[in-house]
Amino acid sequence: MARVEQRRIGMMGDEAVAYAIKQVEPDVVAAYPITPQTIIVERFSDYVADGLVRTEFVAIESEHSALSACVGAAAAGARAFTATASQGLALMWEILYIASSMRLPIVMVIVNRALSAPINIHCDHSDAMGARDSGWIQLFCENCQEAYDTAIQAWRIAEHPDVQLPVMVCLDGFVVSHTLEDIEVLPDEVVKEFVGERPLVRVMGHEGEVPYRLDPTGREPLSMGTFAMYDLYFEYKRQQEEAMRAALKVIEEVGREYGELTGRYYGLIDQYKLEDAEVAIVGLGSSMGTAKDAADELRDEGIRAGVLRIRSFRPFPTETVREALKGVKTVAVMDRALSFGGPAGPLMMDMATVFYGLKEGPTMLNYIYGLGGRDISTDDFKAVAQDALRAAEEGVEGLPVKFVGVRE
Amino acid sequence: MLHEGVRTCSGCGASLIAKLVLKAARKPVVVVSATGCLEVATSILPYTSWKVPWIHNAFENAAATASGVEAAYKALAKKGLIKEVPDIVVLAGDGGTYDIGFQSLSGALERGHDFLYVLYDNEAYMNTGIQRSGGTPRYAWTTTCPAGEVLKGKLEAKKPIALIVAEHRIPYVATASPSEPHDLIRKVRRGLEVEGPAFLHVICPCPRGWRFDPSLSVEVARLAVKTCFFPLWECRWEDDDMVLELTGPSKLIAEVPELKLPVEAYLAIQGRFAHLFRPKRMEPLIRQIQADVDANWKLLLRRAGMA
Repeated sequence: MARVEQRRIGMMGDEAVAYAIKQVEPDVVAAYPITPQTIIVERFSDYVADGLVRTEFVAIESEHSALSACVGAAAAGARAFTATASQGLALMWEILYIASSMRLPIVMVIVNRALSAPINIHCDHSDAMGARDSGWIQLFCENCQEAYDTAIQAWRIAEHPDVQLPVMVCLDGFVVSHTLEDIEVLPDEVVKEFVGERPLVRVMGHEGEVPYRLDPTGREPLSMGTFAMYDLYFEYKRQQEEAMRAALKVIEEVGREYGELTGRYYGLIDQYKLEDAEVAIVGLGSSMGTAKDAADELRDEGIRAGVLRIRSFRPFPTETVREALKGVKTVAVMDRALSFGGPAGPLMMDMATVFYGLKEGPTMLNYIYGLGGRDISTDDFKAVAQDALRAAEEGVEGLPVKFVGVRE
Repeated sequence: MLHEGVRTCSGCGASLIAKLVLKAARKPVVVVSATGCLEVATSILPYTSWKVPWIHNAFENAAATASGVEAAYKALAKKGLIKEVPDIVVLAGDGGTYDIGFQSLSGALERGHDFLYVLYDNEAYMNTGIQRSGGTPRYAWTTTCPAGEVLKGKLEAKKPIALIVAEHRIPYVATASPSEPHDLIRKVRRGLEVEGPAFLHVICPCPRGWRFDPSLSVEVARLAVKTCFFPLWECRWEDDDMVLELTGPSKLIAEVPELKLPVEAYLAIQGRFAHLFRPKRMEPLIRQIQADVDANWKLLLRRAGMA
């Protein structure tokens, strides 16, 4: 596929998402406003009001209903989109599992925000971590450009016949959602061609093989969202897990194809100066941009630092991460969420599993940071990297969990 | 539309109502079910009772799910990807409608989605084993409002759900009973024909929860109508005015008031009201129920211009 001429537009993260969704033009958007996601809904409403999309926009009465309507719309064979944050995602929790278990390729943008209480509107990853095990693919973006790009790619990933799972595109509240950035955008027709129409998979129903939808003619009926006991439920769950595994490959494939169009390649992870790194900072989202600056400064000071940003948190790219960190002496795992009472932060638990049972592996430390929008600076990341290096030299026991930037 | 051999209890009002509703349909129908007796009993894998496309999402979101289904078909039709938008019918119980699903219902009505919402009202959470709902009538026994030494069943009145829905000013609201199948089918058709949301509130006798012999289901429903415990009516809005009309036996009772049976005829055949009669007759409570029925009936007569 040939590289396409792109335009540069100044947009905030939320606007970039709304613009991408305008270009995709899903059949149904059902959404409810919540800071810092609101701009997505507002901008998309403008597109609807100006007749720029044929989308049925359902300005619905809650997030629970927003996702419920998306389930109905996707089951009817349509493309369905919603977006939320924080409390809104928490309210959707019940339907998250239903959407993924019914294998409905819904796309939802999460503008990451801390959970109450105390009520707080700023960024951390607690909301997305609460949805970690819900069977949704979770892709974390670093900046506005990636949010735009991922909001387009997500459809192809979700609707791939080997996947058929909903996708959450996560971007950091305010840091990305409300930050103006120069964004390269594709022409509408290129986006349309890239996503195409939603392909319907065929399934074996009670009246033979039929497309997976609520057939509007009634001639190919399916019963969707049925009741399963211990004799069949487990098999459903196993299949979902296999779809997650299959998604690892699909995310890379779609990323490559998109890269050929745009010159912007995204995979499961984003590696920055890891080849010869002695210390690696591992994390999710926008703060990894800051971590990259810190790595540059550390390198100027003679410390070989690198950054590994996890883009696909679910499915978790275990092998890819292990390979990328080969030869790294010490790893600082950054968690922007807590698992209260757990052995470490949620990302750290996954990272520890990556190296579990291996004879050789890096020293690993866990740093909790940035809860409720607490800022983290390049200096903070430099201190973290130096702390991790020191710990590797002195030796550590177990999985130390430290807090960055909090009053003791 | 509904296969024989549905795994509901014998004498179940819900499967009878579902059958009648689907019989009324003339276009392709897509059914959305809320979690409940009917949903569970009709969809136990690897079997299904549904000959029509059917979806169940969760308990409190049938109306939101139907909103999405309707929006999807509209969008697909606009793009020419489907030829015709089918009729969409929601089947939900009282728990999924009066209580946990009320927000989702109210929102969908306000937005004006085109579907028929059928409430099969068996007046308690029967699927979980007979717990009180906003639809449980006063002094009825349930497992969470038992008839004890001090408290005699549910102390609060039944929520007037159909009138609350009617105040959303949607095109069509009606009540129906499986004992009057022609009236019910006509109302389903009317509900499907109107543009926008329609709501049908159907009384749904439950032998297990109401404690009566399964052979009496239709008789119990008939007595609910004859005593005016559950009057039959339909309502539309014309020139910003509610036009409410009584139908079937209820219209007849309005014209010939002597036909109205005392509510005791309805209560006495159901075990859920047994504590009002045994070991001793609780006259004030029976009178209170009669007073509730009379007040509701009077209100309807006024709204129907027949007072």
